[in-house]
Amino acid sequence: MIIGVLVPILIAAFFGYVFGGNGNAESAKIPIAVVDEDHSDVSRAIIADLGQDSLVGVQMLDRSQAQRLVRAGKIQVAAVLPPNFAARATAALDADQERPQVELLIDPSQSLSGRIVEGVLVRYAVREVTRAAARGASGPNAPREFSLPYTVATTKMTAGNNAPYNSYAHSFAGMTTQFILLTGIDAGIVLLLLRERGTWQRIRAAPLTQAQFLLARTIATMLIGIFQFTLIYAVAIGVFGVRIDGSAVGLAGMALALCFMNSAFGLMLASVGRSAAATRGIALLVTLLLVMIGGAWVPSFVFPKWMQQVSLAVPTRWAVDGLDAVTWRGQGLQAALAPIAVLCTTAIVCLAVAIWRFRWEDS
Amino acid sequence: MLSISHLKKHYGGRTAVDDVSFEVRAGETIGLLGPNGAGKTTTLSMMSGLVQPDGGWVSFGGERVHQDAASLKRRVGLVPQDLALFDELSAWANLELFGGLYGLTGRTLEHRAEAALGLVGLSSRRADRVKHFSGGMKRRLNIAGALLHDPELILLDEPTVGVDPQSRNAIFENLEELKARGKTLVYTTHYMEEAERLCDRIVIIDHGRVVANDTVHGLHRLLPNSRSVELQFEGGAAHAGAAHAGAAEEPLLTALASLPGISAVSRSEAGVRLETDDFAAGLARALECVALAGVRVVSVQSSRATLEDIFITLTGHGLRDAPVAAPLAAKVSA
Repeated sequence: MIIGVLVPILIAAFFGYVFGGNGNAESAKIPIAVVDEDHSDVSRAIIADLGQDSLVGVQMLDRSQAQRLVRAGKIQVAAVLPPNFAARATAALDADQERPQVELLIDPSQSLSGRIVEGVLVRYAVREVTRAAARGASGPNAPREFSLPYTVATTKMTAGNNAPYNSYAHSFAGMTTQFILLTGIDAGIVLLLLRERGTWQRIRAAPLTQAQFLLARTIATMLIGIFQFTLIYAVAIGVFGVRIDGSAVGLAGMALALCFMNSAFGLMLASVGRSAAATRGIALLVTLLLVMIGGAWVPSFVFPKWMQQVSLAVPTRWAVDGLDAVTWRGQGLQAALAPIAVLCTTAIVCLAVAIWRFRWEDS
Repeated sequence: MLSISHLKKHYGGRTAVDDVSFEVRAGETIGLLGPNGAGKTTTLSMMSGLVQPDGGWVSFGGERVHQDAASLKRRVGLVPQDLALFDELSAWANLELFGGLYGLTGRTLEHRAEAALGLVGLSSRRADRVKHFSGGMKRRLNIAGALLHDPELILLDEPTVGVDPQSRNAIFENLEELKARGKTLVYTTHYMEEAERLCDRIVIIDHGRVVANDTVHGLHRLLPNSRSVELQFEGGAAHAGAAHAGAAEEPLLTALASLPGISAVSRSEAGVRLETDDFAAGLARALECVALAGVRVVSVQSSRATLEDIFITLTGHGLRDAPVAAPLAAKVSA
């Protein structure tokens, strides 16, 4: 019943809500930065216009800060207004003049954001540049025809300035997280099934303590997860060209932490679940929620603001972010430490609940 | 070897086991006999340390059995009632897995698994997946899984449930072989014939309490003069309801039940079955009664009381969920 009815309702409601059905909920703004190397009245006016726009949330940074934050996925786009932008753009309204180049630094996993920001920038830049031109010229010097008074150069902020973005890297991070989570749940369901069969009595009749059993289950499920992770990333690297541009140690740490969390999560389900049949549906529901809110299916920037904030409390979001960081974002081990800490903390909480609620003796 | 003393277990408001006590000597085969829900499995679970008693205790070789008694568990093998096997694994892989639970590895594990498979006659199927096994083969492998660590005491919870007669016989032979090797067996069942064939002593449990604990011979002594007789009539059981000359309109069964020396009467396929307190006198009176009713007897068959009869005598009801034979008139009370 849960799988057949609740799950489709949940998924339909999620997509409907995210893509336009969220009523009065405050939409989240795309986090962008503007690097003002022009320092003119026009550039300041453009920045002020952007600040008033409902689609983007603007912060002022210098170029190196902007590069670092886009590369780390903290902001999705940075627009660099070059020196003499206003003067050259105003002059370029006359189509014969060379146009200045605005540089867009974008997070390649959020390329849609780059296009949105490019469009918003066009709107304000054209407006402010034409205004400036109108103020400074009249009669025969007025612009003869309209053309975009600057060009745009887009730079994808990957591990290095020249490293091409591999879109498979992000999707593999999301799907690996999702399916290792499902493996953890499977392990929990198997344990519940075990309890319903004679095998459970045979295990309990053996000279094993509850602690030994729980530890063995945790390690066994972790090993299965690690095997699964290794195979998925082997295909990702070998077939789809995903690169570990950040930290191999960080990736290994992420794998261990993710598999630890999923193992503990499955054990917790087996401890609180009453039967395999009932727990399977609820577990699937919880998994889908974690995966959807974690941004494995849909980029989190399309979420309303409250959902983006909630997603920060979801371990799957940290898992995907951590895997992104140590692979295509080219971040070092340090970038994986916070996700690893979140995953391990979640695992410990799940494990504590599992130990607390585990029914070693049959009722 | 094993002492069960005043065991009690409650689940919610229901008493599953109520002050159960008995002893098991080394090399003995004990049958725990009782209907479904009598408390046999719960008693066995407490004996194996799976379930903590609410009262009383189990001691094995003088040492108390409890859930984490690892050293004791190494000396006990449990054959659960539900099949304790992984269907997707081969017979051999199952045994390797179960042996591993007892710390067996390498050559020792290999040797023990070979011996266990040999005992239950499945050596030739060692590489086959369990899901391809028949019900009887699974039951035999289920037994093999409890033998790997060479336990002194083997607890078997209804090991023949749901198998065909041929497989049941094979399992009996396995158990008789174990018995011949000096293993101590405790065996729960609600099949009387199994208990009679295999067990040195039978503990009858009903509603969580021990109602009898004796050898098969000793249990028969509980009904020293009892004996069943079946009278087969010409024309079959239809005559069982014939009018009796001395009691107009009373059926023959009621008349038979009122005779001295007859304790119970029930309809059989070809006539009536009589339970006698006094075989000779009861049978003579019954034949006279039948003759007076104008019914011709074509055959008389008698047998000693079975364990089933003894169980009914002790508890007032049958062993199986379905009634064994609905007595139309009975003088037997619990």
